[in-house]
Amino acid sequence: MTVETHDPAMTAAPAKPASLRPAIEWLARRTEPVAIGLVAILIGLALFSLFILIIGKSPAMLFQLMYTGGFGSWFSIQNCLSRASPLLLTALCVALPARLGLVIIGGEGAVVLGGVAAAAIALPLVGFAPVWPTLILMGLAAMVAGGLWIGLAGFLRHYRGVNETISSLLLAYIAIALMNQFVEGPLRDPASLNKPSTAPLPAEYMLGKIPGMDVHWGLAIGIAACILSWLLIEATSYGFAARIAGGNVRAAQIQGLPVGRLITGFTAIAGSFAGLAGMIEVAAVQGGANASLAAGYGYTGILVAFLARHNPLAIIPVAILLGGIDASGGLIQRRMGLPDATVLVLQGTLFIVILFCETFYGRFKIFNPDLWKRNQ
Amino acid sequence: MESSGIGIWGVPLAILAGAIRVSTPFIFVSLGETITERSGRINLGLEGTLVFGAMTAYAIAVMTGSPWLGVLAAMGSGAIFGLVHGWICKWPKVNDIAIGIAMMQFGLGLAFFLGKPFIQPVAPRLPAIPLGFWSASPQIQAALNINVLFVIGAALAFLLWWAFRNMRVGLILRVVGDSTDAARAMGINPDRVRLLATATGGSLAAIGGAYLSLYYPGSWNEGISSGQGLMAVALVIFARWNPIGCFFAALLFGGAGALGPALQSVGVTQGYYLFYAAPYVLTLAILIATSSPNRSLTGAPGALSLTK
Repeated sequence: MTVETHDPAMTAAPAKPASLRPAIEWLARRTEPVAIGLVAILIGLALFSLFILIIGKSPAMLFQLMYTGGFGSWFSIQNCLSRASPLLLTALCVALPARLGLVIIGGEGAVVLGGVAAAAIALPLVGFAPVWPTLILMGLAAMVAGGLWIGLAGFLRHYRGVNETISSLLLAYIAIALMNQFVEGPLRDPASLNKPSTAPLPAEYMLGKIPGMDVHWGLAIGIAACILSWLLIEATSYGFAARIAGGNVRAAQIQGLPVGRLITGFTAIAGSFAGLAGMIEVAAVQGGANASLAAGYGYTGILVAFLARHNPLAIIPVAILLGGIDASGGLIQRRMGLPDATVLVLQGTLFIVILFCETFYGRFKIFNPDLWKRNQ
Repeated sequence: MESSGIGIWGVPLAILAGAIRVSTPFIFVSLGETITERSGRINLGLEGTLVFGAMTAYAIAVMTGSPWLGVLAAMGSGAIFGLVHGWICKWPKVNDIAIGIAMMQFGLGLAFFLGKPFIQPVAPRLPAIPLGFWSASPQIQAALNINVLFVIGAALAFLLWWAFRNMRVGLILRVVGDSTDAARAMGINPDRVRLLATATGGSLAAIGGAYLSLYYPGSWNEGISSGQGLMAVALVIFARWNPIGCFFAALLFGGAGALGPALQSVGVTQGYYLFYAAPYVLTLAILIATSSPNRSLTGAPGALSLTK
């Protein structure tokens, strides 16, 4: 962390071709997150290997299986991508508000309500309504439900000063209770005995697979949502205003930016993405709304967003990495006789180390663009 | 009639008994979180600590035959989790909320991993005090069969309340929690105080877990916790960082959870699940009513990132 005071005589000296300088500065700035992230992953893997050695198994074999099970074959890759797709959307639910300086941890609630809303709106339509409009309506209903839920947390934050972290967590619990109420009560399919659920969607109403792959459309929707979010933040005036408000609320207010509407709007968009994840779970995986909706995607999404440093484009590789680790669990269990929780331990270790390594940002001079300016 | 049932009194009795039974983990987790937050740090990872504590307690109780050794071991493991959390969070730019979620995931994973062999064996249970001995009614006897940990938790709540006001340790903790700079000026090392507070909080949360696996429901499996650890944060806000408040808030949360089953037993089956949501709705309503965009929450430690 060196703060350079520029000597105009030095910076002005045109020693090298002027076009190279911004490129090196850009490279220095961009290398920092990648380098720190990779080193953090290596440290995490080393710690995890130590753990595996202590319990008397071979880490080499484990990583080999993890690669085979997560990324090694076309089958594994498809499994990995399927598991990554809900994480893309739930991570956006954290990353977008984070750009405004808000920490939303209740994405789980939006997922659950989105799923219930989608299932509820499909019930009267199934049978006579055409397939695609039904699916679009389901998606919209889920987005509205999720958007209202997380938007409420943003609204309360700005207009009532209620901490958004706590309120979104509380709202997640309320959402899960509401889901149980609906699924066990008015929306329950009498045929679902052991696991109360809404009436299953007929096969033709299910969100199908991407052509040529055994992965449902949720993946494409998730990636599109990440790209759109990136454009929203980086390429629109709303995104610019949001970033200013995230940097300094007072400055944004003095500039006359509509901070309240920005916060409410961004949290609502974020929630609608998580709601959409719920709709995809219903329409592509479960076939109906049930307790499986609260599978923890909302909580894993928090970590994905933090690991991606709230950059919507970086969410894509991070989610795929986690999806791959997740997908390899079954293989590790079968081949090495380790519990399926092994992947949870690895994920937890990686998360802790990577988040801890945030502290190294700005500590290495080599990544400081100013260093490169000065050396010109 | 006298011996077969106690009629309409069954509902409040069932709620009271349920509240006492369900609230014990809430008491310990929220007291732990109160200590941590009073030092100006938040630990969202208590869910992982609680489940790991439940596993440790159960495993040690199975191996040694003593449930109390299990509780002690759980406290040790909880303290280690707290130390790790506290140590990581003292570094600059590290987000304590995200670390909490990561620690939760890690704790859950490690507990499921190491606890796999202990799902089958049966552990000895923690003893209960039969306070209902005077009554001939089995319902009353069952309802007043109160676990020792509940009594310890209640006593601890009052002790902490007193300690925060009157003991040197309590005052140091509050200074650190209210202003890092003031603490430094007094020659206190805020990082060390927060580290110890987080470790203490972790070991208390693990006792809550031990209660789950060794008394009620009294078994170890992967679904042992229903989010008691995560809810601790809301409970503490509800209780306004006051240990006695935590005790009553825990009873309320436990009672609300017991309301559904109790009403179901007398034939009210509608809205069963909404009762579970009642404490959360109540907490949110209180937050909305008492928050203001212009100041932080009353009673909140000044250095707590969460309420700024």
